[in-house]
Amino acid sequence: MRGFIYTVSTVIVVLLGVWAYHEGYETRATEKAVAQLEREIGQRHQELSMLRAEWAYLNRPDRLQALAEMNFERLELMPLSSDHFALIEQVGYPLPVLVAEAPVVAAEDFSDVIIMNHRYGADTQPRVIAPPTLADDGEQLP
Amino acid sequence: MIFRRRPRPEPTDPFQPVPTRVPRAAPAPVAQAPRENPEKVRLRAERRLKFTAACFVMGFATVAVKMGAIAASEAREPSTGSLSGATIVNARADITDREGRVLATNVTATALYAQPHKMLDPVAAAEGLARIFPDMDAETWARRFTSGSKFFWLKGNISPEQQQAVHDLGEPGLLFGSREMRLYPNGPLAAHVLGGARYGAQDVRAAEIVGVAGVEKTFDAYLSDPAQEGAPLRLSLDLPIQAAVEHVLDGGMKLMNAKGAAAILMDIKTGEVISLASLPDFDPNSRPRPATEGDPADSPLFNRAVQGVYELGSTFKIFTTAQSLELGLTNAGTMIDTRGPLRQGRHSIRDFRNYGPQLSVADVIRHSSNVGTARMALDIGATRQKAFLESLGFFEPTPLEMVEAASGRPIVPERWPDITTMTVSYGHGLSTSPLHLAVGYASVLNGGTRVTPTLMAQETPPPLGPRIVSARVSAESRHMLRRVVTDGTASMGEVPGYHVGGKTGTADKPKHTGGYWEDKVIATFASVFPAHDPKYVLIVTLDEPEIRAAGEDRRTAGWTAVPVASEIVRRVAPLLGVRPDFDPAKDDFGAYLTQMARR
Repeated sequence: MRGFIYTVSTVIVVLLGVWAYHEGYETRATEKAVAQLEREIGQRHQELSMLRAEWAYLNRPDRLQALAEMNFERLELMPLSSDHFALIEQVGYPLPVLVAEAPVVAAEDFSDVIIMNHRYGADTQPRVIAPPTLADDGEQLP
Repeated sequence: MIFRRRPRPEPTDPFQPVPTRVPRAAPAPVAQAPRENPEKVRLRAERRLKFTAACFVMGFATVAVKMGAIAASEAREPSTGSLSGATIVNARADITDREGRVLATNVTATALYAQPHKMLDPVAAAEGLARIFPDMDAETWARRFTSGSKFFWLKGNISPEQQQAVHDLGEPGLLFGSREMRLYPNGPLAAHVLGGARYGAQDVRAAEIVGVAGVEKTFDAYLSDPAQEGAPLRLSLDLPIQAAVEHVLDGGMKLMNAKGAAAILMDIKTGEVISLASLPDFDPNSRPRPATEGDPADSPLFNRAVQGVYELGSTFKIFTTAQSLELGLTNAGTMIDTRGPLRQGRHSIRDFRNYGPQLSVADVIRHSSNVGTARMALDIGATRQKAFLESLGFFEPTPLEMVEAASGRPIVPERWPDITTMTVSYGHGLSTSPLHLAVGYASVLNGGTRVTPTLMAQETPPPLGPRIVSARVSAESRHMLRRVVTDGTASMGEVPGYHVGGKTGTADKPKHTGGYWEDKVIATFASVFPAHDPKYVLIVTLDEPEIRAAGEDRRTAGWTAVPVASEIVRRVAPLLGVRPDFDPAKDDFGAYLTQMARR
C-alpha cells in the first residue's frame, strides 16, 4: 500500500513538473509574440501617420487649385460665390396641371386601374398604373 | 543472501594441498581516543540542530512572505518589458484646423552620423561624402575624421536616395539614425500661425522636436506631453478659408503694388480667428533665419497681423462715435460742426475735402470727417476716451496664443493732451496691430460685448464678455458702417448678398527719423458682414499700396484695401456657410433692430 502511494505521488510530482515547465515556455513564447505584435502595431501606427501626412500633402489647397485650373475644361470648377445659392421659391417647379379627362376605352373595364390625374413636366402623357396581372397559379407575370 | 559465504571445499583430492587453518591474528588494539566531554558534545549537537531549524524557518518565512505579497498585491498582467509599443511613436502631437485637417504632423526621417574610429579609410569616406553632399568639403571632413574624435553628426535629415548613395560607399563608420521630422504638408499656408520647429536634444535613435515660433512654441509643452496620448491640437483656423484668403490677398498685394499685406478673419461672437494671413510669408518646413540686417519688419518672418503696430487711421472713428452714442452725447442724427481747419495749439486738423458746415454723426462716418470726429472726441474728453479704448484692449498686447502676440505691444502716447484726444479719435497717434482692431470691431459690433481673440477651436461658445456698448449702439454703429459701403468711401466693398459694412482707414507711414512720409500709407479696411446680423469681422491692411486708377495715383483705402477685402468676402463667405440675402429691406435700420431684439 505504501509503495503504491509513493509511486503515485512520484508520478504526480513528475507530471506537475512537466506541466510547469511547459507553461513556463508557453508564457515566454506568448510574451515574445506580444512584444512582436506591439512592435508591429507601432510600425503600423508609423505607417498610418506617414500615409496621413501624404494624404494631407496631396490634398493641400495649392495643389487642388492647380489641378482644378488644369482640368478646367473637363470639370469647370469655379470658386463658390453667392449667385450659386438660390431661394427655394426660385426653383422652377412646373405647376401641377389638372388633366381634363383620362382616355377611356369602353371595351375594357378600368374599375381597378388608378389614373394619375396630375401631369409633371411639360407634355407628359398621363400615366396609368395597372395592378399586376397574375397567372393562373398566382405567380406574377412580367 | 548475496554476500553468502562460499561453501568450504571438502578435502577430497589427496593431492590438493589443504590450506592450513591459521587462526586470524587478533587486530592490534587501536589506541582509544580519550572520551570527549559529554557536555561539549551536547552543546555542539544543539548548535547544529538550531542552525538547521533556522534554515527551515527562513525558507518557510520566504515562502510565506512571497505568498503574502502575491495575495496582497493587485492582479496585473505581467508586462513584457518592451517599449516598442504605440506609445513612443508620434512623440509630438499633430496640429489640425477646426475640421481636423492636418496642418502639422511628423514623418520618419533619417539622420547621418559618423564614428571615425570604425572607419576603414577616413579620407576616402570624406571624399565620397563630398561627392554626395555638395555642401560638404572633403578636406575639412577628412581632417575631422582623422582628428581622433569618435562621433560627428553629419546631416540631420537625408533623402532615401542620399541614404542609398552613402550606403553604397560601404564605409562601416558612416551610420544612419532614425528620427521624426516635423512636416507642414500645406507649405507656406498659415506659416506665421504655425511658426516652425527644429531639433532639440538628439540621439542616434531619436531626436526631440522643439517649436521655435507661433503655436508650435506656445504649445510646446502640450504638444510634446505624452499624457495627451497624441491628441492633436485643434486650432480655430479653417484650411480652405485660410487658403482662399491668402490667395486673394497675395493677388491683391501684387495688384496694388504693396510691399506687405495682412488679413484677419474673426468670428464676431467667439473671437475665434478663422484666418490670419501675413504677406510676404515663408515655408515653415525650411524656416529662414531671422534677418540680421535691415528692418526686421520687412522680413517674411514678421507677422504683420499680430506683431506689426501701425496707426490704423480712420477705422478708429467708429469707436469715437460709438462712445459718443453710448454716453448719450449725440445720436445718429445729431448735427456736428465740421468747419475746418480745426486749430489746436500749433496743430490744425483738416478733412480730405470740405464737407460743408455741418454733418450728422452718421454722415461724419460716411464721409470720414476728421474735424467732425475730433469735435466729438473733445466732448467725450481724454479720460473717458482712454478708459473706453482700454476696455477694448488697445493699450495691451493681444492675448492670442502665439509667442509673437506679446511683441505686438501698442505704441500709446505717454501724455494725453487735447490734441492727442483729437488725433486718436481718427486713428492717429496710437499704433496698434490689425488684430487689436479686429478685437475692437468685434467687441463693438457683435451686440456690444468684449471678445477675447483665440486660436483654439472652441467646443462651446465662450461666456459673454463685459459689456462695452449697448446693443442698440452696436446696431447703430453697424448701420453707419453699412452706409459707408452703400454710399460712402468704401463703395467698392459691396458684395451682393452679404451686406458688408465697414470703414476705410488711410494713414501716412511715420518715418524712422520722425515726421510722416508724403507718399507712403497704410491702407486698412475694417469690415463686418452681414451687417444686419453680424457673424464675421474682416480686417485687411495693405502696406504702401499704390495704384493708378481713373487717371490718378491712388493710395487711399477706398481704392486699394477695399477691393481686396470685398474679393475676400466674395470668396470666403460662401465657404463660411453665410447665407446670401438679396433683400434690400435688410439695409433698413428697422431690420437691425429686429435682429437685435431676436437675440
